[in-house]
Amino acid sequence: MQPTVALRVARYRPEQESEPTFQTYEVPFRKDWVVLDALNYVKDKLDGSLSFRWSCRMGVCGSCGMKVNGSPKLTCAAFLSDSMPGPIRVEPMDYFPVVRDLVVDITDFMRKLKKVKPWIIREHERPLAEGEYRQTPDELDTYKQFSMCINCMLCYSACPIYGLEPSFIGPAAIALAQRYNMDSRDEAARERLEILSEHDGIWQCTFVGECTKVCPKHVDPAGAIQRYKLTGAAHWLKTFLLPGAAR
Amino acid sequence: MDLFTCDLLVVGGGGAGLRAAIAVAETHPRLRVAVISKVYPMRSHTVSAEGGAAAVIKAGDSLDEHAYDTISGGDWLCDQDAVEAFVREAPEEMLRLEHWGCPWSREPDGHIAVRPFGGMKIQRTWFAADKTGFHMLHTLFQTSLKYDAIQRYDEFFVTKLLVDEGHCRGVVAIELSTGKIQAITAKAVILCTGGCGKIFPFTTNANIKNGDGMALAYRAGAPLKDMEFVQYHPTGLPFTGILITEAARSEGGWLLNKEGYRYLQDYDLGKPEPKPVLRSMELGPRDRLSQAFVKEQEKGRTLEGPYGHYVHLDVRHLGEKVIDKKIPFVRELCLKYMNIDPVKEMIPVRPVVHYMMGGISTDAHGATPLPGLYAAGEAACVSINGANRLGSNSLTEILVFGARAGKAAAAFAAEQAQPDPSILTQAHDEQRRLEEKFLRKTGGRERIATLRAEMHETMEESAGIYRAGASLEKAVEKLQSLQERFHDLTLDDRSYTFNTELTAALELSFMLDGAEAIVQSARKRRESRGSHQRTDYPKRDDKEFLGHSLAYRAVDGPPRIEYLPVTITRWPPGQRVYGR
Repeated sequence: MQPTVALRVARYRPEQESEPTFQTYEVPFRKDWVVLDALNYVKDKLDGSLSFRWSCRMGVCGSCGMKVNGSPKLTCAAFLSDSMPGPIRVEPMDYFPVVRDLVVDITDFMRKLKKVKPWIIREHERPLAEGEYRQTPDELDTYKQFSMCINCMLCYSACPIYGLEPSFIGPAAIALAQRYNMDSRDEAARERLEILSEHDGIWQCTFVGECTKVCPKHVDPAGAIQRYKLTGAAHWLKTFLLPGAAR
Repeated sequence: MDLFTCDLLVVGGGGAGLRAAIAVAETHPRLRVAVISKVYPMRSHTVSAEGGAAAVIKAGDSLDEHAYDTISGGDWLCDQDAVEAFVREAPEEMLRLEHWGCPWSREPDGHIAVRPFGGMKIQRTWFAADKTGFHMLHTLFQTSLKYDAIQRYDEFFVTKLLVDEGHCRGVVAIELSTGKIQAITAKAVILCTGGCGKIFPFTTNANIKNGDGMALAYRAGAPLKDMEFVQYHPTGLPFTGILITEAARSEGGWLLNKEGYRYLQDYDLGKPEPKPVLRSMELGPRDRLSQAFVKEQEKGRTLEGPYGHYVHLDVRHLGEKVIDKKIPFVRELCLKYMNIDPVKEMIPVRPVVHYMMGGISTDAHGATPLPGLYAAGEAACVSINGANRLGSNSLTEILVFGARAGKAAAAFAAEQAQPDPSILTQAHDEQRRLEEKFLRKTGGRERIATLRAEMHETMEESAGIYRAGASLEKAVEKLQSLQERFHDLTLDDRSYTFNTELTAALELSFMLDGAEAIVQSARKRRESRGSHQRTDYPKRDDKEFLGHSLAYRAVDGPPRIEYLPVTITRWPPGQRVYGR
C-alpha cells in the first residue's frame, strides 16, 4: 500500500473565516516529493479551493515560500522525507498580512526595494560604442553573493526585528542595496547609505542572523547589514567628529 | 467595474516585457506605460534560463557566422531579414544590459567572457555563471524601477483583449488579491507572456507557462505562426523536468546509454573525442539530440526508472573543481532535487519540452496583423527561430525584439487617440462570462486536473518528438472533445480572493487552444523539418513547405491553416550538417 502523510494546512478565506484555521489532508508519501508536490496533489485531487503561489519548482523564482513545521522554507525544496512521520504543518510566512490561505501580501517589500535604488547610478554613462565596463572576476566576486537574492521573503519571515518594527527596511532590501554599492560600476553608495540611515531599523538589527540562516541562496543579509553599520558609523564619525576635531 | 487607462500596456513582466517597457519609457517618456502580469515580474520564467545569451563580441567571430548558425539551426525556416537585424542589434543590447549592471561572467582582464553552445560554430554565448536568465531578469526588473513612467499591475490575470473596429484597445483583467474584474484601456498592447510548455507533461517550463498571450491573440483573430515546432531539450531531469543546462555538455559532459556508450556517434553527429568539439556530438543541436534519444529507446538501449525511460549525462571526468566553477547550479539542482552528486554519480536525463518556436505572428518590429497589438519574446514568432531555435538565442531575442516591439508600439500609440468609452460594453460582457461560467458556476463533473492530464497524454503521444498523420488526426478529435468537456467543469472555489482554481481553469482553457493550434499545424505540415519530425513524411520538402504555417481560430472546429512565404536574403536552403 502507498504510504501517506498528513498535511496540516493553514486556511484563511476572508469571505468565510474571521481568523485562520487548520485543515488536514492525507496525501501520498513519496521519497522524491517536496511539500509543494503534496500541496499540488491536494489542489488537483482533494480540494481545488486551497490557494498558494508557485511557479518554477526549482528554487529560483521565489514564489513558494511558506512555513513548514514552523520554519520559513521554499516548499519546492522541502522534501516530505525530512518531516516524516508527520503530520507536516504548512502555514503562510510570518509578519506579512495573509491575503488568503498560504498567500501573503508582499507589497511592503516591493515598496522598500524601490527605495534603496537597486540599479546602477553613475555620474557619467559611458556610450555603448565604447564597450563594456571592465570588471575583473575578483571585482565581480565582491558583490556577486548579494546579487543572488531571489526575493523569496524567507528572511523577512525569519527576522524578529521586522516582526516588531514593520518600518525596518529589512534583510533582502539591504542586501540588494549592498549588491549595487559593491559593484565596481556603481557610484551611489553614499546616496544609498543616506537612504538607509533615514529608515528605522538598520540600527535595531541586533545581528540575530536568522535571515542568513534561512536564505536558500546563501546571500548572508546579516553580513550586509553589519557591513552597513560599520560604513554607516564611519560615515557618522566623519560627518560629526571630524569637523569637531578640526575646530 | 473599475476602468484604468494608460497609453501603452505590456502584458507580461518577464525579460521581453520589461525590456519593452523600458524602451517605451526611454524613447517616449511622455507615454504612460503599464506592465500587467499574473505574477510579480521577478517570478517570470525568464528567471529559470541557465546557459547564456548569444551575441557577437569577440575577434574572429562575425555577424554572418551568427546568422548562418541561426538559419541552418532553424532548418531554413527563419526569416533571414529578421535574423540579420537580430544578430546586428544583439551585441548592443547585451552591452546595454552590462551597463545596467548584469553580472556577466568575466575574463581575467575584466572583459566579458563567452562560452561555446550547441549548434554554434564559434564561442559567442555570454553567461552569468549558470543563472544567466535569473540575473538578466533581476537586472531588468531592478532597472525598470528607476523609471517613474512605468506603472505596474502585479498579480493581475488578463482574460481578454479589447478589440474595437479592428484595433486592439486594451484588456480585461482580474486583480487576484480582490477578484475585481477590471478594464484597462490602452492605445497599444504588447503581449510578452512567454510560451506554453505546460501543454506537455514533461517540460522544463514553470507552472505559469500556459500560452496565455498566444490564446488571447488567437481569440482576438490574430494568427499563431509555426506552432508545430516544439523544442525538446535533450537533458531534463525525469519527473520534475528540471533542466540540466547545455553548458554541462559544452564544458565536456557525455551522453551515455545503458551500456555506457556515447550513442550520438551512431546518429551522424560526429566522432567521440575526449574534449568537446563545437557543432559535434553532445554539442549538436537540440532537436537531433532529442531524436537520437527516441531511437536509442526503440533499440532498447535506454534505462528505465519510475518516470519512464532515461539515459545518463556524465560529467564526473570534469572533476569537482571544474563542476563547481563552471556549472555549480547543475550540482546544486541534482543534490537538492534528485539527491545525486554529479561529481560522483551520473545524472539521469530525458528529453523534455523546452521552448515554442511558434507563437503570435509578428513582423520584425513585433507588430501582429491586428493593429495596435504587438508581441515579443517566446509568445511571439518573428521568426528568427525557424524550425528549431539555437540554444542561447532566446535570451538575446527577448532583448532585441522586446526593445523593437516597445519602440514600434510606442510610435504607434503616440499617434492614437484614447479608446472610445463604449468599449466598456465588451468588458462588461467579459465580466458576466467570468462570473457565470466560473465564479457562480454550479454542478459540472470534470476536474481541471483530469482534463489537463488527458491533454498531456494526447500531446505526448501525438505531437512529441516524432509525429504521424494518424495519431495527429486522433489528437484533433480528442482536443475537440476536451474543449467540450471543459464546459462541464466542476469548481470548488467560489471566492473572489486570490482564487487560483479560477486562474487554473482559465489557463487550462488557454492551453487547449494552444494545443489545437499545435496539433492542427503539425497535421498539415506533411514533411520533416527541424523539431517537426513526421515518421510518415521523413524528408524536408522545400517545394511544398518552405513556408510559415498560420493558424487562425475557427468559429467551430479546428483552426484554419494558411501559409506565409519564408524570407530568404543571402542563405539559400542547404543541408544541416553537424560533426563533420
